[in-house]
Amino acid sequence: MTNVRLDKPWRDLTAENVARLAGELGVYHLGDAESHVVRIGYAGGRSLFGLRGELQAALAAGEGVRFRTEVTAQYLSRYEELLMVHVADHHGLPIGNAAEARRRIGRLSPG
Amino acid sequence: MDFEMTHEQTLIVEQVRRFVRDEVVPLEADLDPDASRLEPEDHARLVAMTREMGLYGLGIPPEFGGPDVDIVTQTLIAIETSQHRAGLYSPCFGAFGGAGLAQLYEANDDQKQRYLFPTLRGEKRGFFGLTEPSGGSDPARAIRTKAVRDGDDWVINGSKIFISGADVADFGIVFARTDASKGRGGVTCFIVDADMPGFHVRRVVHTLRSGHYGTELQFEDVRVPHANVLGEVNQGFTIANDRLTRQRIPYAAGCLGAAIRAQAMSIEYAKQRETFGAALSSRQAIQWMVVDNEIDIRTARWATLAAASKAQRGEPFRAEAAMAKLLASEGASRVVDRAIQIHGGYGVTKDFPFERWYREMRIRRIGEGPSEVQRIVMARELFDQALY
Repeated sequence: MTNVRLDKPWRDLTAENVARLAGELGVYHLGDAESHVVRIGYAGGRSLFGLRGELQAALAAGEGVRFRTEVTAQYLSRYEELLMVHVADHHGLPIGNAAEARRRIGRLSPG
Repeated sequence: MDFEMTHEQTLIVEQVRRFVRDEVVPLEADLDPDASRLEPEDHARLVAMTREMGLYGLGIPPEFGGPDVDIVTQTLIAIETSQHRAGLYSPCFGAFGGAGLAQLYEANDDQKQRYLFPTLRGEKRGFFGLTEPSGGSDPARAIRTKAVRDGDDWVINGSKIFISGADVADFGIVFARTDASKGRGGVTCFIVDADMPGFHVRRVVHTLRSGHYGTELQFEDVRVPHANVLGEVNQGFTIANDRLTRQRIPYAAGCLGAAIRAQAMSIEYAKQRETFGAALSSRQAIQWMVVDNEIDIRTARWATLAAASKAQRGEPFRAEAAMAKLLASEGASRVVDRAIQIHGGYGVTKDFPFERWYREMRIRRIGEGPSEVQRIVMARELFDQALY
């Protein structure tokens, strides 16, 4: 069973660290200097070079200073789950996911 | 039995086919290959089109505002609406609407006012809570969630699993045991508001489908007023069973649609692709795969329309629906598998829809009752008795 929360260690969002990532499908957190999640994202079937490509784009855009990833083929449902967990823990979406508020995010009591 | 379409059915099928080809498929080019929903603006635009076509709300009885489309025609439409990448589980991304929770049509007037009509207006969403961790194939006996009467309320304790949409629902139709001494005669159906204290969505259940998920639910002393009993106390399984039987026909039709699309793509590809100086279509190995596909498709189509015809005539169709579900889910699985083989390496990439259909078809052989249960349903009828 997957751990509900993505609680792997944070890594600095640098070109060197991102270059080490494989081009796999998965989900990721972008965090600020205090390790607060600023955006939840996923590398899906149309992501060029998977997680590496997504985080290279985040680095280029200056989004966040840290990141952590999880490789999974179930990237869409895991993405939804991470949004739900964040809402359950923080009573709102990360600032970088504000556009998702146009739809209903699931309610979760992860315990 | 003749399944030649009427003139009106032909026109409707052609109209829906154009809608899928011209409006739905192009949108998928910009979506993730596993996506199951559209941007809200695109969804609203498609819904406006199906309303204009007079086909929105298929499955909703006409007396509740649905279009007056018979079951056979609905089945023909379902075969068409599933002919795109997401079509197996999200036909046309829900642009034709849904029947909602069919059990609510049997609700009393008060319940219809509070749940059915708001659902049909799109103001409320519901979930169907039947399967439990203790088993899904024999729900009448596997249900361990208990409901105990306490004054004007019932108090529910237990859990459910693989429940779609519960995390975003306003209410659910929940089946709970109210008499431990009886099997299927001891289950009651409740309408449970999702904001009741003690109702928890504990986790997302990830499956082969990335774009959709089930949930695990927990009920901790959830109080439900007696006014929210749907139907009669201890008669809940009848409600569940009727739904399970009816659902098998569109479920089979969805499998068929994806299989038909996979077959068409395979034939087209085999004509164009050359190996060792000749088109794949000239190779007997490929020809036989395509022929076997066609046999699976036509067999399942006949069985599915036969079940729909019996349902439309008001005759018992339980065994026919089971046969249709079995033939369509197993046959379509083989068709998609052969389509991958014909497409070679491309077949397993996300550039094509086959790998998604392959994963989702595997679930179709289990969802809405696994193949083994369909055989039990048919065997019961052949032996004219309850075998278990």
